[in-house]
Amino acid sequence: MGMRKVAVVGAGMTKFVRRAQETAKELTWEAAHMALESCELTMDDIDGVCFGTAPDAFDGVHYNGEYVSDGAGAWRKPYMRSYVGGGTGVFVPIQGWYHIASGLFDVVMVVAEEKMSSYYPHAQAAFMTIFDHTTERPLKPNLLWIFAMEMNRYMTTYGISKADIAQVAVQHKRNAANHPCALLGDANITLDDVLKSEVLAWPVQRYDVSPVSDGAVAVILAAEHVAKRITDKPVWIEGVGWHLDTTFWTNRDLAYPRYVEYAARMAYDMAGITEPNKEIHIAEPYDPFDYKALHHLEGLLLADRGKAPELYSNGTASLTGNMPICPSGGLLGVGNPIAAAGLMKIAELFWQFRGEAGARQVPGRPRHGLAQAWGDLMQVGTVVIMGR
Amino acid sequence: MTAKIKEFPGISLSEQDFIDGKILYNFDKLNGQYAWDTGIGIGSYLASLKNGVILGSHCKTCRKVVVPPRIICEWCYRPMDEFVPLKDTGIVNTFSLCYVTWDMKRIKEPEIPAVINIDGASPLHGIMHMLGEVDPKEIKVGMRVQAVWKPADERQGSINDILYFKPIEEQSHDTPES
Amino acid sequence: MHERVAIVGIGCTGFRSITPEQSYKEMVYEAAMRAYNDAGVDPRRDVESFVTVAEDFHEGTSIFDEYTPDQLGGALKPVQTITGDGLHGIATAYMLIRTGQFDIVAVEGHSKASNIKTLPEVTAYAQDPILNRPLKLNSHFIAGMEMNRYLFESGSTPEHCAAVVVKNKFNALKNPFAPYGADITIDDVLSGPVLSWPLGVREAAEHADGAIVMVLASEDKASSLTDKPIWILGSGWCNDSPSLEYRDWAHAIYTAEAAQMAYRQAGINNPLEAIDIVEVDDIYAYKELQALEALGFCREGEAGILTVEGFTSPDSGLPVNVSGGSLGMGNLLDANGLARAYEIVLQLRGEAGPRQVEDVNIGLAQSWRGVPTTSGAVLILAN
Repeated sequence: MGMRKVAVVGAGMTKFVRRAQETAKELTWEAAHMALESCELTMDDIDGVCFGTAPDAFDGVHYNGEYVSDGAGAWRKPYMRSYVGGGTGVFVPIQGWYHIASGLFDVVMVVAEEKMSSYYPHAQAAFMTIFDHTTERPLKPNLLWIFAMEMNRYMTTYGISKADIAQVAVQHKRNAANHPCALLGDANITLDDVLKSEVLAWPVQRYDVSPVSDGAVAVILAAEHVAKRITDKPVWIEGVGWHLDTTFWTNRDLAYPRYVEYAARMAYDMAGITEPNKEIHIAEPYDPFDYKALHHLEGLLLADRGKAPELYSNGTASLTGNMPICPSGGLLGVGNPIAAAGLMKIAELFWQFRGEAGARQVPGRPRHGLAQAWGDLMQVGTVVIMGR
Repeated sequence: MTAKIKEFPGISLSEQDFIDGKILYNFDKLNGQYAWDTGIGIGSYLASLKNGVILGSHCKTCRKVVVPPRIICEWCYRPMDEFVPLKDTGIVNTFSLCYVTWDMKRIKEPEIPAVINIDGASPLHGIMHMLGEVDPKEIKVGMRVQAVWKPADERQGSINDILYFKPIEEQSHDTPES
Repeated sequence: MHERVAIVGIGCTGFRSITPEQSYKEMVYEAAMRAYNDAGVDPRRDVESFVTVAEDFHEGTSIFDEYTPDQLGGALKPVQTITGDGLHGIATAYMLIRTGQFDIVAVEGHSKASNIKTLPEVTAYAQDPILNRPLKLNSHFIAGMEMNRYLFESGSTPEHCAAVVVKNKFNALKNPFAPYGADITIDDVLSGPVLSWPLGVREAAEHADGAIVMVLASEDKASSLTDKPIWILGSGWCNDSPSLEYRDWAHAIYTAEAAQMAYRQAGINNPLEAIDIVEVDDIYAYKELQALEALGFCREGEAGILTVEGFTSPDSGLPVNVSGGSLGMGNLLDANGLARAYEIVLQLRGEAGPRQVEDVNIGLAQSWRGVPTTSGAVLILAN
């Protein structure tokens, strides 16, 4: 195919906090600056900037991409902001990838940032505007509704219990206790803690969901010939995929995320992976809710339909298992600044493959890893496969 | 790199910081008003709701009957062949019992959103609406429900012309698939 | 890598001040159908990726990308949204095809400005919430200040700016897609009410509704789909400072840098010699003059003189905004750049009818995202 190879050569992130003192521009700068320092580059070395952030409504700024652009280093540079809802965190590195794979750029700064705490009184209310303005908003919907309904459909279709699902929250939050930026890490959380937490929108309970937070993550991508000069341990982007399903989410089967499967197949094809559950050694599926991790693992073809909970109960998903899942702690453990959370998974894979993940380090010599994000009205899957 | 970096940026604020006046802030609100043209598809849907009918549309190529109606079939990418009046009964595809409002206020009696597969539409094709006149503990996926309409002279051509869906008094089937 | 990419299909609904009979989805479908027919492709089978340009607050919906796929034929396909102008969308499609992973990509942009009842407030919501918004100024003030400084530094005059309005609105009379064509004089423009001095009401483009879709293809596919592929020679885009407090108020540096990026790719050293026809941003009349200078067609201060001398008229040295520009076609929000590119494609294909300029081989389209941004893009096309 003669496609240019692209690698991740640097990464940086801020802590994920409930409410940051830093402004959106400052959070963005902190992450971008750290990413540059991590590979000893300056903005002069950067050819272009790709930025991702969730809906402007949260920040209370129209053209928010323009507003935050200087924080990302986009002054006098080619700059574009992309979004696919919650899938943005794993999409913006794909955007960076095609900037470089197109041959037009050699080194690109990719930043994802979220400042959800600006919304008053609670960011949750802003989510009402994601629903169809004519056929759904008049019902005053709550974001929790669609997750709760999807979770219910998933549980009912496959006979999965709350305890099956709660083990995901337990494992991810325990993993996150080793992540220096984590908001929700808890080395001692138990299944009982999750199952006894306050019911928000049955079957969703408080510990099933990762609350909104502020934070930013940045990675630096480089074309092969440049990557090898910047670092002796580039982590390659081996496959990318993204798919957006129809807007009419009430005309689909919510028990299975087929758009995640299509995105995954696109990425597996590109990476030359034919048996994902054998060849993917680290998985970072998107987990804003615990059941979502399971839902997505099935869409990613890493587990049969209805069988993803077994990955957790049989130890496959643990740090020392055959396919550690969310060693970072995921969104449930680290936090949920929408776009930044997805990019955090990319940064995690970057650090894992370089042996720099500290106490979260996956043992052995993992060869391929996968990061996935999801977004919109149960609609978009974005997948990136990385490897040594 | 996380193992190499000791300090991560990000200063966390608490509610108390705001109450104590330690944080300066600016407050602003957008007066954002929109009047969305409904067009042919949704316009027909709303007009039909005013008449107490749930409207769908039919594509002869893939033979789907979908709701809400649109002017094109997104799968075949061709115009829909006709609008089709559907029944106002259906099956609960999924539901939730929500104890917080859209702006995160805690409520005692849950709001009950549901996806209801409408009779007359293709399988797994439905709309989101609310359930009412039902004991939350009795709701099951697969339950048969019936729309409860506003009186004809109060309808405006809106999704709220249907107040909610309530269970139909009959032996219900507990199968999760519709 | 696919090095050469061409535009193989275009579709446009035309523009009007209101479009009450169509929802935005139905409007986009109309443009898309025309583009796919023009290209001879079936989106479900042939189009491999879709790019939409949109902003949430222009739609009144958050995470607007949710609502984009179906009317484009993109349901369950790789679809993405770029918060940019239509030329950013084309640049994205260009990059996607160049990677070698995609052969045919569609780009869409639209405006339903008529549905935004409080558009000035929405636009003001883009101003810095802490430093600028508390001043409670209508965003046109930014254009007024920029025009003031531009006139001061370049020596251009209000008459020069008015000449742009006269030219573009007159050009628009020959464009069936343009709702705001008119035969007016410089005096008509200057005697109108003041908007944000020195900017006059008649120098600001009014908004219009409509949609445009374009289909891009790699060289192999392009040759089999059409005998009039319009090749992308160069695509550039750039951002300057978003902050009002530190930006160059007289010069559109973002346009100059975007142009440099595109000229480099196209191997163009002398734009005036190489380029036969130009479509630039004229949301405010002075922007056309500022853009022509930033694009390197003339020195600072010369664009106004060239305009009153008729050099930028359709039948002269460098035809600029033969379509009527935004002043004639309407301010189309994020679709402005696509409208500029649309005219260039028509001209290069020889399909511009009564507006056709003779002997055009290379054209340039440029756009700006509007106040308060400093974001612009440039596209160079050839037949």
